Amino acid sequence: MTNWFKSGTPWIWLNAGAVTLSMIMVIGLIGLIAVRGLGHFWPSDIAEITYLSEDGEERRLIGELSQSETMTAAAMRETGLEVPEDQEVVVRHLIKHGNRDLLPRDFAWYVAEQLRDWRYPENLVRLERREWGDFYGYVREVREGGVPVATGDAALQALVDLAPQSVRLMDEVARIDRYEIGGVNFRMEQIRLERRRVEMDERMSETAKAERYEELDAEMGSLQEEYNQLREQRQLKRDQAGNVSAVFEVMDGRMVEINFANLVRATAPNAMSTSEKIGEYFSRFWRFLSDYPREANTEGGIFPAIFGTVTMVMIMSIFVTPFGVLAAIYLREYAKQGPLTRAIRISVNNLAGVPSIVFGVFGLGFFVYFIGGNIDQVFYPEALPAPTFGTPGLIWVSLTLALLTLPVVIVSTEEGLARIPKTVREGSLALGATKAETLWRTVVPLASPAMMTGLILAVARAAGEVAPLMLVGVVKLAPNLPVDGQFPYVHLERSIMHLGFHIYDVGFQSPNVEAARPLVYATALVLVTIIIILNLTAIAIRNRLREKYKSESD
Amino acid sequence: MTEQKQGKEPVTHAMDPKYFASQEGGRRLKLSDEESCINIRDLKLWYGEDQALKGIDLMIPSRRVTAFIGPSGCGKSTLLRCMNRMNDLIDTCRIEGKIEIDGEDIYAPKVDVPELRRRVGMVFQKPNPFPKSIYENVAYGLRLQGVRDRRKLDAVVERSLKRAALWDEVKDRLHENAFGLSGGQQQRLVIARAVAIEPEVLLLDEPASALDPISTAKIEELIYELKNDYTIVIVTHNMQQAARVSDYTAYLYMGELIEYNDTVSVFTNPRKKATEDYITGRYG
Repeated sequence: MTNWFKSGTPWIWLNAGAVTLSMIMVIGLIGLIAVRGLGHFWPSDIAEITYLSEDGEERRLIGELSQSETMTAAAMRETGLEVPEDQEVVVRHLIKHGNRDLLPRDFAWYVAEQLRDWRYPENLVRLERREWGDFYGYVREVREGGVPVATGDAALQALVDLAPQSVRLMDEVARIDRYEIGGVNFRMEQIRLERRRVEMDERMSETAKAERYEELDAEMGSLQEEYNQLREQRQLKRDQAGNVSAVFEVMDGRMVEINFANLVRATAPNAMSTSEKIGEYFSRFWRFLSDYPREANTEGGIFPAIFGTVTMVMIMSIFVTPFGVLAAIYLREYAKQGPLTRAIRISVNNLAGVPSIVFGVFGLGFFVYFIGGNIDQVFYPEALPAPTFGTPGLIWVSLTLALLTLPVVIVSTEEGLARIPKTVREGSLALGATKAETLWRTVVPLASPAMMTGLILAVARAAGEVAPLMLVGVVKLAPNLPVDGQFPYVHLERSIMHLGFHIYDVGFQSPNVEAARPLVYATALVLVTIIIILNLTAIAIRNRLREKYKSESD
Repeated sequence: MTEQKQGKEPVTHAMDPKYFASQEGGRRLKLSDEESCINIRDLKLWYGEDQALKGIDLMIPSRRVTAFIGPSGCGKSTLLRCMNRMNDLIDTCRIEGKIEIDGEDIYAPKVDVPELRRRVGMVFQKPNPFPKSIYENVAYGLRLQGVRDRRKLDAVVERSLKRAALWDEVKDRLHENAFGLSGGQQQRLVIARAVAIEPEVLLLDEPASALDPISTAKIEELIYELKNDYTIVIVTHNMQQAARVSDYTAYLYMGELIEYNDTVSVFTNPRKKATEDYITGRYG
């Protein structure tokens, strides 16, 4: 036994065990969110089930099996359910009925014994709607302009054939709303502000003002014209999309007419082959990635959140890298090493340990209210009292995160600089280079891989941060992306959506927990994937730099 | 460690007059005949409280090879690094006395240090190429001076590499990373880099101590070639090397200049007992 201890074997086991445990946790975590999140997009079969209620009445249920659980009989008895004495476990199923507008609950639990006769008829359809969530039912009739064009068995085919056209038209309508009408509104707002600016300008003569007003009014008039045209165009498309509708029979036997303008997707999964299902799966997943959220974020996609997260991280990198590198160069190369520099270094390191919410509070107080407020006073007086920069927005999020990650960049850059061999510096100086030339031509390029390491750590930390962001510019629903086709193209003052906050919002603020849960997992998966992609990019750049500046000393 | 080993070797062959390759046509060099390049007067240097140089007076002749020998810690590298003010990089270093190069005091306040270092090139013990291509290493000094003309750079790079006897080995891979070269090649590259900016003086701080014998021989040949154009000062631990390459030899001990004379005299007929002891290996 003593020998066994002396041999070091227990240590090896201990170390290997620690590594194994970490690996299991990482793989387990990613595996869990991957399975839970990705499963959501699979077009699973829709069942029609006969439900035998306690009082012996038979009812028809239609829906997707969402989850199954095995409970102990004792626990079920406590909830008031009668379970035979000899039975020990009870299986219960969570069925997604959808049809939120028609039924009291869109998700419901049933005991397995009371469900019998599971059937999967091919003409059961699932509709993804722009309002009221998913819909399940039998299609009975398709109408065009109120006139039936297909009934019975032909109706399903007509539905599947006609739906995509309406969906395309409605996507077009959404695009017009968002980008074109949004752009016109933006320009109108600019003119309104310009008018106000002219009004407030004291150096301008009255005649000049009147002239300017006229110009602005003319511009406004043409924009109004453009707006009306767009409205008309939009209405036309909407009407065209809404010209088609279908009548469905839902599970309690009611007949419901649904307008195709309300459709996002119509599928009959029971009739699909596996390859069709795979295609459908990727199509749904893509829609999730590229679409805007609907219904208080519980439906639709997460595109603005992805876009916001990536933009925010990039702008943060643009702020933090030069700032941190310059600070580190001064600290390491120019500052006289002594108690003061040591104190600064300790402070910087401690900054990394400050809870992130504190940075959020600081960012709100200093960046948003103080700096933003002053910017508004000086540059945007015409918009007051409505704030422009004096309100949470992209730039303040990025700056707050830059501050939060600054220590990491400074510390790793300093370490990189310290590792550059003295001989290289001397070689450069001996050729008549000044200290600055030596730094910029030789030392800094050599230390660039270390700077990238700092940036990698900074990005990893920033992309996953949520708490401070809520205070300085991340919102539940941002009306516009921070980058668009309107001058100046990048709107740093706009608030953004963020995947981390989106997870929190969908998971904990949503009224419909069952419907939101898979979205939480899927969003988490996307967030982790984005962080991994950002990191891999940075690592690839670092490896290239390392290869380029490879030296014996490394 | 190295000088211990070398010091204990029998040095009889080093005493042999025909071994001194540097003597021109059998004519003995005399310090008093030489044209002065560097004049060191009463140079004292402290690192913090420790005095490393204790009043050195030395005249280094123009276009000759002068070797500094002495045990470790005797101040020979320190003295060498005073000549291009490399010691300025050490915060605690303090200097008294004068060093004149071509009659100019290099420690005068108005001296442009980078310009001085351009005139007084230096090669270090360990090859220290920059992590750039071979071409860019040699062109570094010129680029610092703002030379952008590609043709001029090409010409200087070729000439310098030829001078450092490296051209034939690297001409086909000028744009590859300098770290791909062997240690000896790297050291010759560093010498090429130094001569590319046409310095007046070349300081060599144990340039061959990290190299194998063949590379060492190449470097020594190179020094012999270069002395036609440059004043060369070399610090070495290797007695044979000092004897082979240098015209004049200075023996330093504990921060003091013990003996300074033409190399033949120092090695065959030292005036001081301490010098003889060191050369014959009785020291340390």
